[in-house]
Amino acid sequence: MSVMLDRAAPLLAVEKLEAWYGESHILHGATFDVREGEVVTLLGRNGAGKTTTLKSVMGIVGKRSGSVAFGGQELIRMSSNDIARLGVAFCPEERGIFASLDVEENLLLPPVVRAGGLPLDRIFDLFPNLKERLGSSQGTKLSGGEQQMLAIARILRTGARLLLLDEPTEGLAPVIIQQIGKTIRALKEQGFTILLVEQNFRFASTVADRYYVMEHGRIIDRFANSELDANLDKLHDYLGV
Amino acid sequence: MFELLGIPPQALFGQLLLGLINGSFYALLSLGLAVIFGMLNIINFAHGAQYMMGAFTAFFLLQFGIGYWPALIIAPIIVGITGIVIERLFLQRLYQLDHLYGLLLTFGLALIIQGLFRHQYGSSGLPYSMPAQLSGGHNLGFMFLPNYRGWVVVLSLIVCFGTWFVIEKTKLGAYLRAATENPTLVRAFGINVPRMITLTYGFGVGLAALAGVMAAPIYAVNPLMGADLIIVVFAVVVIGGMGSIMGAIVTGFGLGVIEGLTKVFFPEASNTVIFVIMAIVLLLRPAGLFGRAN
Repeated sequence: MSVMLDRAAPLLAVEKLEAWYGESHILHGATFDVREGEVVTLLGRNGAGKTTTLKSVMGIVGKRSGSVAFGGQELIRMSSNDIARLGVAFCPEERGIFASLDVEENLLLPPVVRAGGLPLDRIFDLFPNLKERLGSSQGTKLSGGEQQMLAIARILRTGARLLLLDEPTEGLAPVIIQQIGKTIRALKEQGFTILLVEQNFRFASTVADRYYVMEHGRIIDRFANSELDANLDKLHDYLGV
Repeated sequence: MFELLGIPPQALFGQLLLGLINGSFYALLSLGLAVIFGMLNIINFAHGAQYMMGAFTAFFLLQFGIGYWPALIIAPIIVGITGIVIERLFLQRLYQLDHLYGLLLTFGLALIIQGLFRHQYGSSGLPYSMPAQLSGGHNLGFMFLPNYRGWVVVLSLIVCFGTWFVIEKTKLGAYLRAATENPTLVRAFGINVPRMITLTYGFGVGLAALAGVMAAPIYAVNPLMGADLIIVVFAVVVIGGMGSIMGAIVTGFGLGVIEGLTKVFFPEASNTVIFVIMAIVLLLRPAGLFGRAN
């Protein structure tokens, strides 16, 4: 990794992040960063704290401490609606498509928070299936893959610069996973910065620039995509696969 | 003169109209309850007291020379603001808890509010005269229609369907529906959900107050006017389905009419027919006629 890159101020800098759900202490001082235009993947077993990390950046866990800086601005005491307004968008693991909204309402729901979001026709270039489904009555009547695409599509309009994607491939067929991978690479080309949570590191290796490995609420290792092969044995150990 | 099942048409249509008037109030009040329950998960037992406060506010405004027409707007705003204060001070602390806590808190508030008004104004009722433009009535041939009562039905229909339209067909409504399902995610999209919840409660309370203003010229302005009505309105909400907007409107008007017709055909049952229907609906469709089981 070049010294130049290391010195560039990261878009997202997380330091000593701790988070709690009620009484349970989930994150124990996670430290990592994501630079502008990068796709960074958090790997780790179930319960390692990956989802909680995304939620802590978004400001939707009960209690958190440490530092989350986005574009130099400290988010740790901000409410999630204010964090979203700065240009951070979250795509949850369960997709969060609303049953009481039709497909179009779901797509148009998140308000535009800043200029520079993708126009609708570009979104339909990325997700041609969604355009055909616009007339569908209920968002939750879409297939799992279509719901995942809708969940990603709706946060591309808003002008958010940092996308937090929680296991976008979970439970999907290989052909859909390929399409999601293609989409993430296209989004990267368009300049989006992406923090991805994945169990599936084969998928992650097709999109990610760098990896962090989490265990027990801490970052225990980090490497670049070019170092993936050299780290495969360690990774199998970490993930238990 | 023709007769229907031995009932003179004047009596039939008269009761039908009375049923529609009662239905107008049932619909407005149960609509407010449905909006509040959908967004806050609170069963707002103070709704009857807030309806009464609407009527009293119209009465107070009249002492300052502010008449019925401005009161239709001003009273719901004033009472709605008291609702916002209640939400900020008390209700927002209860959202994570069981429904029972919200019900108990608002029930207590209702008792306090009604007690204060009764202490101050007694329970005999205060007069509020009809606006001059709506006094009198029309003879429709088969029945006499008092203008004010026709106005109540029309205004209630407009407000109910206006509310339905906003919630089901507009962007603001999409935010409300989405936040009812998953407030955390809607907030993470950049919407200030807590503020939306506060305003929703204020709006629901404002609807109750509007019904109160509309009721003031028909029924006497009385501290207990809401306490009597709210029990029936809760039955209406249960029949329609808790939290269903269209259910609240249709069931409100429908049960008003059924109650009116019962007065014609079997007067002895007119006070209980709604509760009998409630019992049947609870047995056959516990989620209510328009409610979704979850």
